[in-house]
Amino acid sequence: MKPVVIVGAGPAGISAARTLLDHGVTPCLIDENLRGGGQIYRRQPLGFQRSARQIYGFEASKAQAAHRTMDELAPLIDYRPQTLVWNAEDGRLDLLDNGRAESVDYARIIVATGATDRILPVPGWTLPGVYSLGAAQIALKYQGCAIGERVAFCGSGPLLYLVAYQYAKAGAKVVAVLDSAPFSAQCRALPALLGQPLTLAKGMYYRAWLTAHGIPVHQGATLQKIDGEQRVSGIRWDDHVLACDAVAFAHALRSETQLADLLGCEFAWNTLNRAWLPQRDNAGRSSVNVVYLAGDGAGIMGADAAKMAGERAALAVLEDSGVAIDQRRPAVLEQQLAGIQRFRHGLETAFPFPEQWAAQAPDALMVCRCEEVSAGEIRAVVDEGHWELNRVKAHCRVGMGRCQGRMCGLAAAEIVAERSGRGIEQVGRLRGQAPIKPLPFGVEVQP
Amino acid sequence: MIDVIVLGGGIVGASAALMLAQKGQRVALVERDFCGSHSSGVNYGGVRRQGRPLHQLPLSQRAHQLWADLPGLIGIDGEYMRSGHLKLARSHADFAALQAYAEQTRGFGLGLQLLDYAELRARFPWVGDIAVGASLCPEDGHANPRLVSPAFARAAQRCGAAVYEQAEVMRIEHDSRRFQVHCANGLHLQAAWLLNCAGAWAGSVAAQFGEAVPITCAHPAMLVTEPLPVVMNVSTGVEGGGIYARQVARGNCILGGGRGFALGPLTARPGQAAVLEILRNAGELYPFLKGAQAIRTWSGTEGYLPDHEPVIGPSSTQPGLLHGFGFAGAGFQLGPAVGEALAEIVCTGASRHPIEAFSIRRFQA
Repeated sequence: MKPVVIVGAGPAGISAARTLLDHGVTPCLIDENLRGGGQIYRRQPLGFQRSARQIYGFEASKAQAAHRTMDELAPLIDYRPQTLVWNAEDGRLDLLDNGRAESVDYARIIVATGATDRILPVPGWTLPGVYSLGAAQIALKYQGCAIGERVAFCGSGPLLYLVAYQYAKAGAKVVAVLDSAPFSAQCRALPALLGQPLTLAKGMYYRAWLTAHGIPVHQGATLQKIDGEQRVSGIRWDDHVLACDAVAFAHALRSETQLADLLGCEFAWNTLNRAWLPQRDNAGRSSVNVVYLAGDGAGIMGADAAKMAGERAALAVLEDSGVAIDQRRPAVLEQQLAGIQRFRHGLETAFPFPEQWAAQAPDALMVCRCEEVSAGEIRAVVDEGHWELNRVKAHCRVGMGRCQGRMCGLAAAEIVAERSGRGIEQVGRLRGQAPIKPLPFGVEVQP
Repeated sequence: MIDVIVLGGGIVGASAALMLAQKGQRVALVERDFCGSHSSGVNYGGVRRQGRPLHQLPLSQRAHQLWADLPGLIGIDGEYMRSGHLKLARSHADFAALQAYAEQTRGFGLGLQLLDYAELRARFPWVGDIAVGASLCPEDGHANPRLVSPAFARAAQRCGAAVYEQAEVMRIEHDSRRFQVHCANGLHLQAAWLLNCAGAWAGSVAAQFGEAVPITCAHPAMLVTEPLPVVMNVSTGVEGGGIYARQVARGNCILGGGRGFALGPLTARPGQAAVLEILRNAGELYPFLKGAQAIRTWSGTEGYLPDHEPVIGPSSTQPGLLHGFGFAGAGFQLGPAVGEALAEIVCTGASRHPIEAFSIRRFQA
C-alpha cells in the first residue's frame, strides 16, 4: 500500500508524523538533514555536548520536545534522513539518497518544506564573511561556530534581533544591529502584536538585552554596502562606516515552494508574504487532491504555527482517508492558527518590506550570484520591453543557475517590477523546474 | 491595412515576418504567448545540417548562408558558433551508416570529414571510448535559442512588422477576399495572406481549412549542468539517436535525449525517467561529466508529422494560406530559410529553393 509521505522534518513535519502515527497510520518522513528538527530546531551533530539552553535559549524546551518526538518516531516510521526530493511526477517522488536515485509512491503527501532567508542584495554581499541571518544562526546552533569575531547584523525581521542576541550571548562581539524598519513602524504594530504577548515579550527582551549590553541598535538604518577586498572589512549606511569582519543579513523569510509547484499546486499572490504561495485551506489542503501543505513552506508563520499546521494537515489526511479523529481538535488548531496569523500581520507592520530597495539598487549590483547577473543587466532587458519574469530570465539568465532563483528570484522580481512600472504581483513568478536541487551525473539508479 | 498575417512568433513565423517586412510587405505577427517562448526558444540550440534527409539540404544550405550573417539579420550574435557538429558512432554498423550518409550528401557541400577511432581520439580526446568513429561537419554549430528566436521577432518589428504578443487567436474566417483573425484580447486583423507558423498547434488551423494533418506533439528532455571547464569544442550527436550535447562559452553543458511528457496543452516537463537516463548514460560518451551536477531540466512542445518532415508551402484548399510547421524537433536551423521561402511565395509566387517534398498534399489520399 502506498504510504502517506511527509517531506520535511521540521516542526510541521514532525508534528504531522506524530499525529498520523497516533492514529495508526505509519508515514514515510523524508528529510534533507542528517537529524530531524528543521532549521529552527536544528540539532547539533552526535557527540556535540552543548546544552539545549545554550543552543536554543527560550526555545530550549520546544526544541527538546521536538527532538524527543523525533527520536521516538524514528524507529516506528519509515524515516529517511539525508534524502533530497528532487522531483515530483505522477504520484511519485524522486529522491536522491547518498548518491542513489530512488523513488517513493504516495497515497497522500504533506509538504512541509520550510523556508529560507529572503535576501535583498547589497554591494559586497558575495564577499566571504557575509551570511544570511539563518545561516549565521545555523553555524551557531549546529556547530557552535560564529561567522566572525566582530559581527554586524543587518536587514529586518524578528530573526535579526534573535540572532544578534544569540551571538552576543555566545560570546561573539556584535558591533551593531541595523534594522531597516523605523521604530515608528514597531510602535504602529503594537496592537496586533499584543495578541501573542509571550512572543512579543521575547522580541522586546532581545531588543532590550542588546541595548543593556551596550550593543548599538540602529533603527530605520538601511545597509548600503559591505566593504572588503578578499573578505568583509566593514559596512556602510547613511553617513556611517563601521569596521567588522562578518555580516549576517536578511529581510525576513521566504517559503520554499518548489516541491508544491512541481506537485501542480495552484499558486496565488499573497500580499502579507509579498510572494506567490501555494494555496491552502484552513486545514492545509492544497488545490491538488492528495497534496497537503503545512508550515512555513506555504507562508511564513513561524515554528509554533508550523507545529499546529502539521497536526492540522495530518488530521485532514486522516479525515480524507476515512480515519476517525477527535472532531473538536481541528477547530481548536484553526483558532490558534488564526491568532498567530493576526500576529503575523503585526510583524509585517513592525518590519515592513523595504519598498525602496529595487529603485536604490545600483546597476553594478550583482543580483544573481550563480549566473553573475547585475541589476543593470536585468534593467536592460526590461528596457527592451520584457516584463514577465521568465522572459527576463530567458534573456539575461537571472535565476538560471545553481540555486534556480531560490536566492535571487524575489530580488529580481522586485527590480523587474520597479523598472517596468508594474506591481510586484504582475510580473509573474519563476516556473518550477526539476531538479529542486542539483543532481549529479553518474547517479546510481535503483531498479 | 495589412498584407500578411503570420500566426506564431517562433523562429519560422518571426523569420517570415522579418523577410516580408524587408520586402516592403505590411505584416502582423500574432503570438499567443511571447515570441520565441516555445520550441523555438527552448530547444537544444543545434544549428546543424549534418544528418538531415537529403531533400531538406537545399533549404538547410540556404539557412546556413543566412546564419552566416546572424548579427546583420537580427542585430545580435545569439551566441552562434560554427564550432562543428560531431556525429558519433557507437558501433561499426553506425559508422558505416555515417560513411553512407557522407557519400549520399557529397554534392551538397557539407564538407563532412569521417574520423576513425584513432583520428577521433587525436582530434577530440574528451570523447568517451565507446565511440568507434565519427563524422564531423566543420561548419555546423550551435546557438542560444532563448536569445536568437525572440530576436527574429524584434528584428521584424524594427523593420516595420506589427508584433502582437499574448494574443491568442480564437477565430479565423475567410470572407472570400481576406482572412479575418479574431483574438481573445479583442484584436481583429484582416489580410489577404495568412501564414500558419503555429508550430505544434498549427494542425487546428490546417484542419479548419479542410486539410487536417496527422500532427502529434512530442517533448524533448533537456538538461543543463553548472559551468564546467570548457572541453567540448563541437556540438555532438549520436548516430541512431540517443544523447546529444554541447557546451556553451560560459562552461555549462546542455544535454538532451529521450522524451518528456505534456503537463497541459501548452507546457511540458522532461520527466524523471529521461532525466535519469541522461545522467546515467552520458558518462560513456562524455566521461568528463562524471561528478558534474545537473542544475535544471526543461522541455517544450514540438510538432511531429508521421514522416518527421515539415509541412511547408501553399494550402491545397485555401488560396492565400501558407503553411510552415511540424519540424519534428529540427526546425531551429531551417527556420530562417523557411521564413524566407514563405515570404518569396507571397511576393513572387514561388520559393527559390525546392519545397515540393514538404507539401501538405502528401497527407491527402
